[in-house]
Amino acid sequence: MGAQKKGATARVSEDPEELARHPLQAILLADSFTTKFRPITLERPKVLLPLVNIPMINYTLAWLESAGVEEVFVFCCAHSKQVIDYLESSEWSSQPNFSVTTIESHNSISAGDALRLIYERNVIHGDFVLISGDTVSNMSLTQALQEHKDRRKKDANAIMTMVVKQSKPSPITQQSRLGTDELFMAINPVTKQLLYYEDKAEYSKGFISLDKTLIADNPSVILHNDKQDCYIDICSQQVLSLFTDNFDYQHLRRHFVKGLLVDDIMGYKIFTHEIHSSYAARIDNFRSYDTISKDIIQRWTYPFVPDVLCGSSAIKVERQGTYRASDVTLSRSAQFGSFTFIGQGTKIGTDTKISHSVIGERCTIGSNVTIEGSYIWNNVTIEDGCRLRNAIVCDGVILKSGAVLQPGVILSFKVVVGQQFVVPAYSKVSLLQQPTQQDSDEELEYADSTSGTGELRSDKLNGDIAPDLSETASELGTGGVGYIWTVFEGAYDEEWRHSVAPIPTDKLVKLMLDKDEDEELLTQDGNVISASRELKTDSDGNGSEDDDNEDSRDDYVSFEKEVEATFLRAVHENVKVDLAVLEVNALRLSYNMASVDCGGAIFYSMMKLAVESPHNSASELHRNAADIVTTWQKLLKSFLHDIDEEIEVILKFEEMCLESAKEFAALFPQILHLLYDKEILQEDAILRWADEKEGADESDKVFLKRSEKFIQWLREAEEEEDE
Amino acid sequence: MDFQVVVLAGGNSKNLTPLVSKELPKPLLPVANCPVLNYVLHQLEQSNLKDLIVVVEGEDAALLVGAWISGTFIDRLHVEIAAVPEDIGTAGALRAISHHLTAKDILVVSGDLVSDVPPGALAATHRRHDAAVTTMLCSIPVSGPLESGSSGGKDKAKKLGRYNIIGLDPSKQFLLHIATEIEKDARISKRILHAVGQMEMRSDLMDAHMYAFKRSVLQEVLDVKDTFQSLKEDVLPYLVRSQLKSEALLNRTPQGEENSNEKVSSQNNQAFISRILANASTPSFHGIYSENPDGSSSTRKTHKCCVYIASSSSYCVRLNSIQAFMDINRDVTGDADHLLSPNNIIGPSPKLGTKTTVGPNCRLGEGSEMGDKCQVKRSIIGRHCRIGSHVKVVNSVVMNHVTIGDGCIIQGSVICSNVQLQERVELKDCQVGAGFVVTAGSEYKAESLAKKEK
Repeated sequence: MGAQKKGATARVSEDPEELARHPLQAILLADSFTTKFRPITLERPKVLLPLVNIPMINYTLAWLESAGVEEVFVFCCAHSKQVIDYLESSEWSSQPNFSVTTIESHNSISAGDALRLIYERNVIHGDFVLISGDTVSNMSLTQALQEHKDRRKKDANAIMTMVVKQSKPSPITQQSRLGTDELFMAINPVTKQLLYYEDKAEYSKGFISLDKTLIADNPSVILHNDKQDCYIDICSQQVLSLFTDNFDYQHLRRHFVKGLLVDDIMGYKIFTHEIHSSYAARIDNFRSYDTISKDIIQRWTYPFVPDVLCGSSAIKVERQGTYRASDVTLSRSAQFGSFTFIGQGTKIGTDTKISHSVIGERCTIGSNVTIEGSYIWNNVTIEDGCRLRNAIVCDGVILKSGAVLQPGVILSFKVVVGQQFVVPAYSKVSLLQQPTQQDSDEELEYADSTSGTGELRSDKLNGDIAPDLSETASELGTGGVGYIWTVFEGAYDEEWRHSVAPIPTDKLVKLMLDKDEDEELLTQDGNVISASRELKTDSDGNGSEDDDNEDSRDDYVSFEKEVEATFLRAVHENVKVDLAVLEVNALRLSYNMASVDCGGAIFYSMMKLAVESPHNSASELHRNAADIVTTWQKLLKSFLHDIDEEIEVILKFEEMCLESAKEFAALFPQILHLLYDKEILQEDAILRWADEKEGADESDKVFLKRSEKFIQWLREAEEEEDE
Repeated sequence: MDFQVVVLAGGNSKNLTPLVSKELPKPLLPVANCPVLNYVLHQLEQSNLKDLIVVVEGEDAALLVGAWISGTFIDRLHVEIAAVPEDIGTAGALRAISHHLTAKDILVVSGDLVSDVPPGALAATHRRHDAAVTTMLCSIPVSGPLESGSSGGKDKAKKLGRYNIIGLDPSKQFLLHIATEIEKDARISKRILHAVGQMEMRSDLMDAHMYAFKRSVLQEVLDVKDTFQSLKEDVLPYLVRSQLKSEALLNRTPQGEENSNEKVSSQNNQAFISRILANASTPSFHGIYSENPDGSSSTRKTHKCCVYIASSSSYCVRLNSIQAFMDINRDVTGDADHLLSPNNIIGPSPKLGTKTTVGPNCRLGEGSEMGDKCQVKRSIIGRHCRIGSHVKVVNSVVMNHVTIGDGCIIQGSVICSNVQLQERVELKDCQVGAGFVVTAGSEYKAESLAKKEK
């Protein structure tokens, strides 16, 4: 905190000229910190994967250079050596006004870690562009930078400008054409300040909730469902220090952006810059790989298109958007459809049909092959009669004659598909075995770097992998080499969403029908809510409280269930009281409940257990309850710190007697006495409860009346004490 | 125009006690010496909307209102008076008179609206879009005393927390979301957002309680949803919520109306459907969609909820609180004096004593008399009032037949008819109910004085 404040004050004192003196810097994250491109990324970093035959990182670097960035720090983690080697051997290491520096890390698992590391290196001296190495863009940064700087002059808290672009998600699948989930943003139309960001919206919820203060503070807010986040951010130095201060920030959007938006103490602001005619998109998954490849071939990203980017290798653009390297050997009868790219040294046999595809360098394609919408990388051999649709085929793959790839297949490096073998749709095939240990959900998002490095490769590819492969040969037909990765349960449904293949029609139809049903449900839900509200004569304000209560009640009910489960486990497994207290406390924190609620919930679980244990008469029930209370009094007591909480327990008990455990109704005074004896309830609490109830309705006083004697006795005892 | 107008005039509003009473129901509450209902009726007459049903709560009030209307608007408007029981809500009131509704479209307007926005403009918007419902929105009025300035007023509006959250489409023609309470977080339907792509959330607009409904839709909703009590809280949100998927109940609307819906190509709902269809690139998908058991794609039921946004310079306030009553009285004599319709008769100048000054933005009713050395500032004084000497009346409303003794000081107060203020009474921010007698020398601050109901 201290460091950051210092930084802020130092910056305020800087005058504009001083700001301008810094060369424009950029941080390029050459690691996506996701596993979406597995199995390919187990062997090669994502940024080096060819995109229309050129490694992705080249597009990003070329754009940064053209946009006036002078200094780029490439952060690499997974396969860092490959990235560094590539950059050193490429032309980027020898540009006159454009320096590329690599920063290597071996243990970063998220963008947050990366930025913390960069902060420690102390290499960023002013505003910088934050981008990941899989971004393709041709936008001009000048205006966005200027806006950012102007805002910073007026308000030091405007620390980030996010680039967004119009892109409406499909009304059926609710995902953008890049295969990313739909995004909801609220933006102030005048200041362009970002007020709300939700990219992982729950499908089940039919609504999004905007905070009331947000609306109260901004007379006009535009809620967007039609924007795409380009993942190009112009940041101030503070962003780095913020990541350091909040060491739990991992994800740029989910943690950092949302964290800033909800945090109203520091008052940091994020703004948006919308681009209209220029291109910007990030390759997030296989679908965006497909979409962006097509955009590049169709020259939306000009000047970052293959023939311009690799000027030396003489790629010619021909009619209908076909790109052909100069030394392609093409059979006369081969048909070569529109929007197709064919790289250097590739040979194509007779009667082969290729359309909407990218074929890399030095590939050998036999005759009578059909390739549609596929991405074939370098040195691939495709024998006669193969059929490929919407597949990605990595370097060195061999498809034996007659092999068929169904839509959505990913063949990783050097896989061999046997003769006549049909690879089923959406299969992912690799020489490496699927990591057996399935990461937990959260880790999955950042796990790429930890395992996906050289060791895995050397271990498995050398020697000892051979026997494995022969065993699995059957997986890919005769002569096939590789493992077909199994799709995890649950993920299966989602496979087609991010696949390189277009979404099949039957899925669309199903989704549409589902959607209709959902809508019906939602409309009904809406009616239920309003109907309950409409019964009230004055619906001013009451309705809202009700809704809120409902929400919190739902929470409470599930909390109560959890506590009950914990308690039962404690009973059955003889867990120590201290541990049980800890567990309940953990639950309390995770549900954000007060300790009052805990007391009530524990007491509820205890009494429920008493009722559920076998008993024949009221006295047995009483004994059950007494036993349980005696055993667990310490647990209960540790959540009853003051009288109010004790009263809460009594009220809870009353409620139970009326509703869930009517058997206790008769025993009410006895149990009350029991709790008093065990010193769980103090007499003050009981008396205060009695006083409170005094004013209640007759119907509410049933239990008060029943325990009148006991209370009378308490009062007298007190008086005696006083005397 | 085939429009029927329903004026929901109300009756004894609890918010306005002690200003209203059995003898003086809310519609007849004087604003600048002229019943508040007059302002609405005058605007309707100007827009040539002359077929009216005035709905009054309570039989007695209905008689009083009826008598006044027939006296004032005879031969100018065709007015029916309908009495409905109290506390049945605005939707309940409409339900009660539903069988009187015959025109194709119904304009519903609150009788306490003081506005210079022509109702005809709303009606025209409604017709243009062939909407199921069109509602009028206006800027939130600056509330509170004038001195506090505009920024202060804004804060006040925030504190009151009674403004609406309104979601509009980019063209600002369609109503996509409406919520009355700001107290909870706004919940915006994703479905509608998906369809339009972007929605502008406004919190600086207010629902002015003037709506145009398609009669068939209104009657269906009232019929089927018999728990709906309020137009604003129930019926309107319901229609907005279900606009992309009209429920079965709207299927019975004549086919002709539905068809005309589809002709408006600019309409977002239709665009939504076409977008869905455009997305389905393969012809087979078209086929499957139209073979839906739900029927073909073109019969997906939608209806339109439109808005008419009054320009920010127009005046539009509802008289629904004492504060609003004060504000309206101040504005009508001050900034918004163009609202005073010609039939607001200003009587012959009252008799003034020597050295008595009457400031600007004041109004004195006929036959009122004032003693010497009185001061009247920014106030309205009704007919036949007798005001003694050395009386100071500032920022106040004094109704008819009020007697004010010497040396009284009245600030920011409302004095109802037939009140007697004895000598040297000091009132600040008080409301004095009809017929009340304030004894000599008493001082009150921010109190409500009224006779006990017998």
